Amino acid sequence: MKDGVNGVALGVFVFFFVAVTVMGFLAARWRRAETEHSLDEWGLGGRSFGTWITWFLLGGDLYTAYTFVAVPAAIYAAGAAGFFAVPYTILVYPLIFTFLPRLWSVSHRHGYVTTSDFVRGRFGSKGLSLAVALTGILATMPYIALQLVGIQAVLDVMGVGGGENTNWFVKDLPLLIAFGVLAAYTYSSGLRAPALIAFVKDTLIYIVIAVAIIYIPIKLGGFDDIFAKAGQAFSQTNPVTGKPRGALAPAEATQWTYATLALGSALALFMYPHSITATLSSKNRDVIRRNTTILPLYSLMLGLLALLGFMAIAAGVKVTNGQLAIPQLFEDMFPSWFAGVAFAAIGIGALVPAAIMSIAAANLFTRNIYKDFIKPDATPAQETKVSKLVSLLVKVGALVFVLTMDKTVAINFQLLGGIWILQTFPSLVGGLFTRWFHRWALLAGWAVGMVYGTLAAYGVASPTNPSQKHFGGSNAEIPGIGEMGYIGLTAFVLNVVVTVVLTFALKALKAPDGVDETRPEDYTADAGDAGVQVELPPATAGTSH
Amino acid sequence: MSDVPEVRPPVVTPVRVVIAVCLIAPFVAMLWVGSYAKTDPAFIGIPFFYWYQMLWVLISTALTMTAYKLWQRDQRSRGVHKGGEAK
Repeated sequence: MKDGVNGVALGVFVFFFVAVTVMGFLAARWRRAETEHSLDEWGLGGRSFGTWITWFLLGGDLYTAYTFVAVPAAIYAAGAAGFFAVPYTILVYPLIFTFLPRLWSVSHRHGYVTTSDFVRGRFGSKGLSLAVALTGILATMPYIALQLVGIQAVLDVMGVGGGENTNWFVKDLPLLIAFGVLAAYTYSSGLRAPALIAFVKDTLIYIVIAVAIIYIPIKLGGFDDIFAKAGQAFSQTNPVTGKPRGALAPAEATQWTYATLALGSALALFMYPHSITATLSSKNRDVIRRNTTILPLYSLMLGLLALLGFMAIAAGVKVTNGQLAIPQLFEDMFPSWFAGVAFAAIGIGALVPAAIMSIAAANLFTRNIYKDFIKPDATPAQETKVSKLVSLLVKVGALVFVLTMDKTVAINFQLLGGIWILQTFPSLVGGLFTRWFHRWALLAGWAVGMVYGTLAAYGVASPTNPSQKHFGGSNAEIPGIGEMGYIGLTAFVLNVVVTVVLTFALKALKAPDGVDETRPEDYTADAGDAGVQVELPPATAGTSH
Repeated sequence: MSDVPEVRPPVVTPVRVVIAVCLIAPFVAMLWVGSYAKTDPAFIGIPFFYWYQMLWVLISTALTMTAYKLWQRDQRSRGVHKGGEAK
């Protein structure tokens, strides 16, 4: 890393940052509704977004700063194995095509704001709903923390992070400012702020990728040279593991890992509360289906971005912390002003998802813990107030996490978060298609998946860092198959098996089935149908009929 | 219980089979890693493994789009009133 501050890059970065901050505060006035104080307004942007806003919002939400830093970093570190993010995002869209419109419809009929709202309504079980809500909050927290890690990487490369021996306050001040500003406009504008900022974020990202994918290969002598150099680098033996560093195509032994990671991650993505928040903010059912056909544009961008990892190798970028590889590549390759644009893209890329994630986690807390267990008669205005406060708390929590703990802890928890959130799949997606599963069986399956996933991840030592004995990765041997695979997917299979077996048992024992407040036609309802208003009555709608 | 019987056209129709194939094909192609885990032939210097998967981003997009169009037609032919068109 270079010493000193890159003044021009920093100037451009600050310019964009100030611009989106102004937008964030002004967003409160954008498409303002008459009834301001309901969770539908603050937490779902009035459920009014059309195809393009939803596209930007979902894209801004799913493809986070951490993705931009971590995917090429994984390629930089090990080659082919890091590319699983591409098949993962390919599989997501045909998958959500099948179930997301149903979730949209039933949520609009009943005024559901979170996935837990739906689970409670469908299975009549507050316990199961609480399990889903807690899992969502737990999985989201480290994800927010990782957005901060993304901003930190950019600040470090720009030279404003300070050295190791500067005072901690000076070192973390830029991050504190960035986060303070983010917290303030999320509080005042709700989901409208990230929706508006997402336009800037995605535009910047697309420009940076387009330039990078053309400009850098020209400077490095074309893709032939880039891959030749990368191939050489990967064939070198790593002194710690005694094996080659990586490969350009996955060896047979790692193909199971590649496929299970892609599938497991694809199944998990739309279980995350922030994905669902962005989905439910769209104005009709068609917006969702149409989006499954245009969102893959982001996958293409992700694939191109991943290739930057190879370019970092070919360009001779040497960093001890792999997360810095791509910011450093930009700094080395681009003129200062454009490096500033690229850093702004990553930095703003962290703000959008962090805002949506904190809103989503806050909604879960408000609807499924506060309202269900603490204050059942909360008014919509009270719900909104609690949500706003919790969104602040969640962010402070993430900040403390990043500032006090080692970065690898955040990454490990994020890996765990993926494993955990996948365990809510049977309740949510299962529930969207059938009422056959028993609520207690779903709860038991969830518990088994959570415990197995956590224990298995605990047992994974880091392959490259001998001092890290636990949570070193998310792959372990699949019992019964003997191949290495994604722990989350194995836990998910166990979860489903337990759920099915126990459902048979509980039905045979005639265990009390919860009350289902939904009807079959709710799952295909669309805006304009009876009972589905474009602007829903305040968030109590679910309980009033 | 959700299985309320109604009088309607058969659940499985040729169009719906095509829709299912469109949605399942990407899973088969991407999860069969052995079919593309190789570096040759390269395209403008990019090894096969990478360009093939990026090509599948486009293929799966086309397939999902086809499924979407067919589904719309299927729903219209069943006379399911959808607010998206009717406003």
